[in-house]
Amino acid sequence: MKERGNTSLAEKLQTPARRIFWTEWRGRSITYVSVWIVILILLSLLWFITSKGLQPFLNGEITLSQFFSTNWSPQDNKFGSLYIMLGSFMVTIGATLISAPLGISAAIFMTEIAPKWGKKVLQPATEILVGIPSVVYGFIGLTLLVPFIGKLIGGIGFGLLSGILVLSIMILPTIISISVDAIEAVPQKYREGSYALGATRWQTIWKIVLKTALPGLMTAVVLGMARAFGEALAVQMVIGNVPNAPFHFFISIHTLTSMITQNMGNTVPGETFNQILWSMALVLLLMTLVFILVIRLITRRRDVS
Amino acid sequence: MKIKKRILASGLIGLAFSTVLVACSSTADNQNNKQLSGNLTSVGSTAMQPFVEEASKTFMSNNPGVQINVQGGGSGQGLTAAMNDTADLGNSDIFAEEKQKIDASKLVDHKAFVVGIAPVVNPNVGVTNLTQQQLIDIFTGKIKNWKEVGGKDQAIVLVNRSESSGTRAAFAKFALKDNKEFRGKGGIVEDSSGTVRKIIGQTQGAIGYLAFSYVDNTVKALTLDGVQPTNENVTTNKWKVWAYEHIYTNANGKNKPLEEAFIKYILSDEVQKGLVTKLNYIPITNMKVERDASGNVK
Repeated sequence: MKERGNTSLAEKLQTPARRIFWTEWRGRSITYVSVWIVILILLSLLWFITSKGLQPFLNGEITLSQFFSTNWSPQDNKFGSLYIMLGSFMVTIGATLISAPLGISAAIFMTEIAPKWGKKVLQPATEILVGIPSVVYGFIGLTLLVPFIGKLIGGIGFGLLSGILVLSIMILPTIISISVDAIEAVPQKYREGSYALGATRWQTIWKIVLKTALPGLMTAVVLGMARAFGEALAVQMVIGNVPNAPFHFFISIHTLTSMITQNMGNTVPGETFNQILWSMALVLLLMTLVFILVIRLITRRRDVS
Repeated sequence: MKIKKRILASGLIGLAFSTVLVACSSTADNQNNKQLSGNLTSVGSTAMQPFVEEASKTFMSNNPGVQINVQGGGSGQGLTAAMNDTADLGNSDIFAEEKQKIDASKLVDHKAFVVGIAPVVNPNVGVTNLTQQQLIDIFTGKIKNWKEVGGKDQAIVLVNRSESSGTRAAFAKFALKDNKEFRGKGGIVEDSSGTVRKIIGQTQGAIGYLAFSYVDNTVKALTLDGVQPTNENVTTNKWKVWAYEHIYTNANGKNKPLEEAFIKYILSDEVQKGLVTKLNYIPITNMKVERDASGNVK
């Protein structure tokens, strides 16, 4: 006590400051290290997949035009993957075409039409949908959907349509929850202004709320598409996995993700087949980057307006 | 009197105790001399994984100092890991010689057991036997309806395994005589035997192939040229569609004594007559013929 009494005022003032400085320094270094770890992981991942994916082209084992052809036959060293890539696109686009209107409508219902009931019942329901693992979706698709479609159409049930239906259910919760956020972010005064001008509820929703929330809704759709594009397990179980041209609803098709999961383990690193799988992974990565870029562009436009 | 008794008793107890101690230490010494210790990693074929897991469990309880870590990953991963000695045991459905980029000279092949592979169909197709030529015509897309081989008027749906699968390679080699499989427009390719069985069972007109151990009453195994797909017929090569399941070790592996002890255990009667038979595989010791990597039978 006596010693402390002897210290000068300046020292007294500095001691707690120094402590705060150290605390601050510690906190800052922990966050910086975390950020750098994340960036490092991301960069090494990008570098790894890119270098692995470009290898078969650099080694001259396959040309770009061969890779983007339709002749897939690994036994004869033919790795034309165009139909497989198109398969991924078709499944994604089909699922989005079903899910986007459904999801946005559900979001409108939950926020504009019946907010109380929507929040109480629909929100937990979508959360449950998010929590169901993709294998379960796939297994339900394989056990219920595929035989049902087979009986209805008279084929085997595997193919583009089954893949689209399973995926559309999977991406629905993503689209709903982000759309809800986007619509809720529309300022209340816009709605009030619209009603004050004598607009009906429908006119307000269609012309004011949806127009204002459009960038957010687009983000929801693009994120849903990204999820659909990257989904492997559920799709693999119901599409039949034969690289046919994906322009028919009821024959087996293939996607990039299911090709990779089916063959990565059985092929030997360095083998052409294995390298081609890495090239497919690179295509997937690039497509994901495109999706993210699109989201960035959409959200930037919102900031400007 | 009392004291005398007590001394005697304590003496007796002491004697008994020391004998037990001596006995204990001597058995401990004996065990230490024989006891194996260390870690083994096993990587590769998912088809073999349940077998290796079971076998290593009993091996570990027989040898408490040994820890065996069993992983899946696929035959390609198993061969690569054994070649680079990143894992001690590489499990594979196919010969190392059959894979590109694998240097078979760096590997030692241990054939663990044999699986028979049977063509299986949906029970409703109305066919129980095919000739090998008919089977080839079906899988190459020449025959498209079951009525062409005496069955119902139903379109044939091909259920294949993925291109890199060992079962598919064996089936193509020995059942289809290396004929190229037709990529059927209505066909399906699936990854795991369980899914293949499920699909064949629920899809009208479906045909595929499964290891004998996967055949149950939801699907029907066909006879080929009148030969029954049974374990006995495989041992004599009367049924030609079968494959070895291999455990590969590195020729200069760092864990050689332990690897050899485990392989010896796998090839022992205890495992071959017990676990292998229990899982409905064919013990390697029962085989009356031998086949090399290029398919020649001795």
